[in-house]
Formats: sequence, structure tokens, C-alpha cells
Amino acid sequence: MNSKKSDRRGFLKGSAALAGLAVGAIPFANGKALAEISPEDSTFIKKQGVTPDEPNIQDLLYGGRSRFEGEVYRVHSPGALALVGLRNLTPLHETMGAITPASLHYTVARGLGLPNIDPREHTLIIHGMVERPLIFTMEELKRLPSVSRVHFLECTGNSGLYHYRQHVMDQKAGRTDQHVITSVHGRTSCSEWTGVPLSLLLKEAGVQKGASWIVAEGGDRERHAKSLQLAKAMDDVIVAYGQNGEAIRREQGYPLRLVVPGFQGVCNVKYVRSIKLVDKPYYFQIETMNYTDLHPDGKAKWYETQVGPKSLITFPSDPHKLPGRGFYEISGIAWAGRGKISRVEVSTDGGRTWKDANLQQPIFSKAWTRFRHPWNWDGAETQIMSRATNEYGNIQPTIMELAKLWGDDRTPPLPATQIVSFWETAEMSTYLNNPIQIWKVNQDGSIQDATYSTLKFYDFHL
Amino acid sequence: MRRTALLNSTISICDFLLPVMVLLACSAAMAQSPTYKVGRTPTAAELHEWDKLVGSDGKELPPGSGSAKEGAPIYAAKCAVCHGKNGEGIPPFRRLVGGIGTLNTPTPKITVGSYAPFATTIWEYINRAMPRLAERTLSPDEVYALTAWVLYKNDIIKETDVLDKNTLLEVQMPNRNGFYPVPPQATPDKDRSWFPYWNQAPGWKPAAK
Repeated sequence: MNSKKSDRRGFLKGSAALAGLAVGAIPFANGKALAEISPEDSTFIKKQGVTPDEPNIQDLLYGGRSRFEGEVYRVHSPGALALVGLRNLTPLHETMGAITPASLHYTVARGLGLPNIDPREHTLIIHGMVERPLIFTMEELKRLPSVSRVHFLECTGNSGLYHYRQHVMDQKAGRTDQHVITSVHGRTSCSEWTGVPLSLLLKEAGVQKGASWIVAEGGDRERHAKSLQLAKAMDDVIVAYGQNGEAIRREQGYPLRLVVPGFQGVCNVKYVRSIKLVDKPYYFQIETMNYTDLHPDGKAKWYETQVGPKSLITFPSDPHKLPGRGFYEISGIAWAGRGKISRVEVSTDGGRTWKDANLQQPIFSKAWTRFRHPWNWDGAETQIMSRATNEYGNIQPTIMELAKLWGDDRTPPLPATQIVSFWETAEMSTYLNNPIQIWKVNQDGSIQDATYSTLKFYDFHL
Repeated sequence: MRRTALLNSTISICDFLLPVMVLLACSAAMAQSPTYKVGRTPTAAELHEWDKLVGSDGKELPPGSGSAKEGAPIYAAKCAVCHGKNGEGIPPFRRLVGGIGTLNTPTPKITVGSYAPFATTIWEYINRAMPRLAERTLSPDEVYALTAWVLYKNDIIKETDVLDKNTLLEVQMPNRNGFYPVPPQATPDKDRSWFPYWNQAPGWKPAAK
């Protein structure tokens, strides 16, 4: 056994008994959990989703990919987090256009295992502060007026320093299949979702005076539960059963999930079974112990909702290597939890000058927007980056500007330098991270992160 | 009262929320007349099964009781494998004990004791989602006892204190006032802004409507 492999395994199994418990708990057909798939298993991965070279008719009833595309797959999350629930990340550096195939949609699950729900037994109950509690079968939900809308989802911890730390620790432990673009940013995807507006179901049940929040509960193992503002529920939330023209995948909540456009991922309750109307949030574990942003003065911001304006150059990015000077189309994605993307600017000279990128049409509200920008690389070392503005003029910050926004959120304001040093020393996640991602282009054509690597990280286990 | 406040604030600031207001108004107006008449009235058993979430007012808490003394053997048997013998946590599984007084230091220790704002949060999560792989197998007595054990190990209650649906609500968590805003934001500010946090682009002007 080579030493790198044993280091990696040792790291993953550092979680003692539960590592074994969790790995054993995720029943995959070949007996392996995702956390156990290592680079040596790449032959196993490459076979996935591929049509055989000499297909039978049966192989073509549900189409597969060319075997030459078998290396495009979801990478599992860095660090031991993969042991506490399914964590598969979208390979953003391989994405094209503005829609993520359902098979490559990221998954961040808090409960163990993958629910396998018979839609004939699945129901959705609406109760609490309503005139008439109602329960719907899947068949009944599909009779009701439906909508199809394109929306991104994003885990609220995405692009956080926490994931960069995990990434660095995994690199040290010998893991070679991770890049910043996936391990730090890969918790976002964009799909066309089809379903019934939640407002329609709530109107059918009749919302009582005084109701101001809902609590939604899923049918997964831990019954994921989340408080959500009634004003949002009545605005644009979808009770979705369709994703990109077919039924939602099991990893995305089959047969039914909430899609809460523009809000942090944890709101989009999968396998949704129950919606109760209430008059205050319920302060669940995931709304207090997790998904709250602790500031250096000891106060934490809770019930954060809307994802900020954000963009990311996906080509070229750190898995890529440019073969030489010459023309390249820079391409990336931009999105915002509030409204449409109205502008993406690209800099190819380290932020000294910025030019407007071309935006792919049509642009949808709270959806990925693909941007493209022509570039002639002269072969010299440089830095490339993008920044997004939404239709309300909110602009994506640099990481230092993000620290200033954190500091300005407290009274009296805290200096940005204090926020950054807190990020560096505190053992915690941060949420709603949308800093400008800077890619350094080296003379040999290799690409590396120049945003997260500028911070100091202390070497502790998270 | 809350709903009136919501309507007033949205009227005064913003026309974007008109659809929300109309829907809310409709929901009241149509209280007696559903449009599609699809779906049925749930049975009492169905309502009971999906009415177990517990908020900070504890009104859904079931009868039962338990103390830390009773919780200790249950913890050792069912929880220590992930959370450690004394609640110290085995990464990546959560640390439950300690850290009180560290939240405003450069190395905060986020634990159930130091960070959770309500004891109901602890009770509710254990009841719904713990222990992993055997979720919802604990009796209400066991959940009260385990909650008491976690609070006792954090020096928040005494080993013999008995928690039940009344005493649980009386527990004062050290970080009760550690979160903001209070109350949490329930309605958007304006133009569907739920998070008025981001910088404005220099020279940006709203598009003509």
C-alpha cells in the first residue's frame, strides 16, 4: 500500500467508530460509500453513466454518455464531512451553458443514506394556522396548475473558508482529485424546476390571521426541518416534482421538494411531507447551531436568507492547464438571490481594468447566467477574475470588501482586519460567501487560486 | 397584529410585493372557498404524525420527564460513540460540552452549551434526528433525560434537576441573547431585498420602468 493512500484512509477514518458506522450506513450497490472512493478507484467512476461501446436496444432506452465523457462526475466533498451525509459536488469546470444536468447536480444531505420513496405512498400535509388542514397525494398535486422555472440552488456554506481549509487538509493527506473550483465552490447547480406554487396550496388551505412563518419537514431519515418566512412562501416558492424535464432525482428529493428561489440551500426542504403554518420561527438546530454567522464580538447573525451577487470563472480554472499563448474564451457563471444578473465584468490584468462580458440570453431571475469573454493570453503570468452586479445594483465584493460588510453589520462597526483575523483563527463555517474568485495564470499555463490562499490558516481539525 | 404590520410596511415601501399582498388578502377572503377542491382533510393520526416539531414556546412538547442522572447511561450507550464520553465530540461530530465564555474570543468553541439559544432546540433535535441510524426511537422520557445530561455537563442545570414540558422552558441558556436580528427578519425590506448587505455598484442607476 502506498503511503499517500494510507494517509488518506487514516485521515478519513480519524473519526473513529462513527466513520465505520457512517460508511456502512450508505448502502451503495458495490458496497462502497462515496467517502471511500479514492483516485485508485477511477476505473469504477469512469464507467458510470456511460453507454456500452456495443449497446443493446435496452442500453438505449434511457440514454447514457459517450465513454469518453466518463471522467466528468460529481466529486465528493473534502474532509470528513462526507461521513455525516451525502456530499457530492458539481464539477463546475466542466459545466456548459446555464443548466446543470440532474445527474451532476450537487447534493448536500444532512441525514445519512439516500431515501427511496414510493411516490404512491408520498403525501404532503398542510396544517397549523390554516382554515382547513389538507393532505395531497402526488397524483393530486400533479392535477393542480403548475409552473416551470429556472433557478439555481446553492448550499449556504458554499465558497466558505471552511471548505478551503478542508481542501488544503485533504491535499496534505494525499488526495489528488480535488480542485478549488469544485471543493470550495461546487455546492451550486441550476435546473429548470416544475411543480405547484406553494402559495396555491396555502390558499387552498386558507391562511389564518397571525400566521407569519411556516415550518417545513422532510421525509428523509432525520426529517430535515426548516422555518421559512410566510411572505417568501407566498411569493415564489415551488413545491417541485420535476427537474430538467423529468422527475426529480432521489438525491434532490424525489418525489417532492421545496424550491425556494434565491434563498440559501438549506431552505429547499427535500422529500417534503409537511408544511405547518406558525407565528414564529422554530429555532431548529440548523437555524441556531448551524447556518449562523458568528462575529468576533460573540454575536451571531441568524436567519440569513438571500444569496448575494456572485460570479465565478469556470474556464480556465484550477483543474485546467493552458497549452500555450493565444486565444481562449473565458467562460463562467453568475447568479444572485435577488433579481436577475445585469452585468458581469471580467479583468485579465489582476483587477486593474475591467470589461463587460457577454451575457447568455435569456436571463432568468435567481438563476445562473453564463458569461463569456474573448481573451488573448500573451503567455505572461497574470490574474483573471469576474464580478457580478444584479438588477438592483448590488455588486459582488472582494474578500476584503466582504470582511468590511461583516464588520459594518455590527454596532459599532468592527474593522475588516479584525473580521479577517477572526476567520483565520475561529473554528467555524461562514455563510453566504460570495467573494471575487481570483485565478492566477502561471507562465506554464497552470491555474491556481489567489483568493483563499492569501489568508493564513491555522492547522486544526474541524 | 403581525399580519397588519406586514401589510402596512409593504404598502409603504414597495409595489413589488403587491402580488404577495394580494395573495395574503385572497387567502383571508377565500377562507371559506377553496378554488380547486383537490386534496382531502387529513386524519387525526396523520395530523399527529406531522405535528411533532417543537418551537421555543414548547407547545408541542409531550408529557414525560428525565434528569441528567437518568440520562447518563442512555448517553453512554447511544450517543458517546460520536459525541465522546463527556460530550467532547469526535470530529466531524459535534462537541456538546464546554466553550461557555469563548464566543467573543479569537478561538470560539461552538458547542450546544455555549451556543444554543433555547433548550427546546436541543430537545427537538434529539427527538427528531438522534441517534443517527435509529432516529425517533427514543421515548420522551429518554429525550428529556438526554437533554438534561447535556445541560448538566455544561453546568447549566443540576444533576438531579428534572426536565419536563414546563421546566424545559425555564432553562436559561447562556447564549440566549447571542443572535441577531431579534426577532428574525420575517418580511423583505424593499424591492424583494431580504438581505440588504451588499455594496451598490458605483454609478449604478435603476433601469427605467
